[in-house]
Amino acid sequence: MKSWLRDHARAMRDASGRIVANPMPSLLNVLVIGVALSLPVGLYLGLTHLQSFTRQLSSDPQISIFLGLDADSSEVAAIDQKLRTDPEVGSFRLIPRAQALADLKRRAGLSDVLENLKQNPLPDAFVATARDNRPETLERLRGEAAVWPKVAHVQLDSEWARKLDAALRLGRTAVGILGVLMAAALVAVTFNTIRLQILTRREEIEVSKLIGATNPFIRRPFLWFGALQGVAGGLAAWLIIALAVYLLNRDLAGLAALYSASFRLPGLSLEDAGSLLGFAALLGWLGAWLSVSRHLWQIEPR
Amino acid sequence: MIAFSHVHKRYPGGFEALTDVSFAIGSGELVLVTGHSGAGKSTLIKLIAAIELASSGTVIISGQNLAKLKPAAVPFVRRRFGIVFQDHKLLYDRNVFQNVLLPLQIAAFDGRDAGRRARAALDKVGLLAKEKAMPITLSGGEQQRVCIARAVVHRPAVLLVDEPTGNLDEAYARDIVELFRSFHQVGVTVVIATHDRLVAEQLSARTIHLEQGRVAA
Repeated sequence: MKSWLRDHARAMRDASGRIVANPMPSLLNVLVIGVALSLPVGLYLGLTHLQSFTRQLSSDPQISIFLGLDADSSEVAAIDQKLRTDPEVGSFRLIPRAQALADLKRRAGLSDVLENLKQNPLPDAFVATARDNRPETLERLRGEAAVWPKVAHVQLDSEWARKLDAALRLGRTAVGILGVLMAAALVAVTFNTIRLQILTRREEIEVSKLIGATNPFIRRPFLWFGALQGVAGGLAAWLIIALAVYLLNRDLAGLAALYSASFRLPGLSLEDAGSLLGFAALLGWLGAWLSVSRHLWQIEPR
Repeated sequence: MIAFSHVHKRYPGGFEALTDVSFAIGSGELVLVTGHSGAGKSTLIKLIAAIELASSGTVIISGQNLAKLKPAAVPFVRRRFGIVFQDHKLLYDRNVFQNVLLPLQIAAFDGRDAGRRARAALDKVGLLAKEKAMPITLSGGEQQRVCIARAVVHRPAVLLVDEPTGNLDEAYARDIVELFRSFHQVGVTVVIATHDRLVAEQLSARTIHLEQGRVAA
């Protein structure tokens, strides 16, 4: 066991020495791997964040019932009564048109424009939630409310979020496919790098075999090289994502401020970064293993 | 220790390098394998070191039939030998010390112990002062000595030597041959393949003479 560990330590020193000894090719390889990994990981990160955001919004679906502008207080009270007695309605509240206008002025920073309006263009509205969030219950409530007197429009607020969520799921699948392709590219890059290394170290491999080196002894430095190059590529991807998130957040903050909101893309958590590095190391190791397995048997001393 | 029984070696293309070769070499012996170029000396050394396999017949090393060895076991057989190659087979991107260290790294020796042994081997061949030199800067004779140091550094039971004096002048060749004698004197089995009469005369050891791949009577 001790000698096995010692041999791994030797192989790791050998591999890291070769990376350092050829800085330019190593840097280019690391950059290629970093870009290949950062694309799917960055996109996945953004989509996941957006999806959890939309799920939050759609977790408690609401039905907005907009009345006609000519609805008077008795007609509003009649609808209030209908909602109160409907067994499928969980809760509801009235947003009077005056309050809606005041909220709009406050939230959107449109007070100057709204001040110049001759009359309030917003209707009275009820916002209701159902006792259960099954789509058929919500649809039935919407259908019932739509035919009540003085109701101009009924809207399921969660619908857009559900549509966005479905679109995001499609996006995640696309990112998954991109991720698989990029992972294959990483394996291919490592495979080719190791193939070239084996060719240039052919003599050393032959001599080592002649004096009693086992295949694992010869294989180990190449496997370590692949894994270390993968880790370096993973670190590069982490840096690229961090930089991209920083730049995007700078612009997002400005955009969100225009809507009186705050929205920030999160960077990679330590756990995610660890997974990324581990995954990159695994792919590098796999590429090296495939290459060594493919080429090592062809070198036999004579 | 080393036993050949009716060994034939045919290369792809039909060339028969060895024909019906039988002999035995005991532990601690010094044996010369002689013959002209192409007589099969190098092939015989390669068969002992499991670098080549016999086409027929049996090669037994320390009780193990090499033909029945699993491929994974071959490196461990090779580690029992120290091999001095005709063309040295040094690694030219490593210095002298690193070349000599290689068999110890393969056998997973502890770093400090390995360094001590490598320096002792270099001292034995008189090249300790050149441990940091690159092989390309050494003369042919010095490269041969590095190869010898690498062959003995892990203290093998058997030293296999292929044409040790091929490119050396007479004085240098005598020094090298004396080195092999000194290894034999401390109990190492030494098998030297050579076509050089001077080596045979200097060592006056048991000789297996090959002619066109056969052991001459």
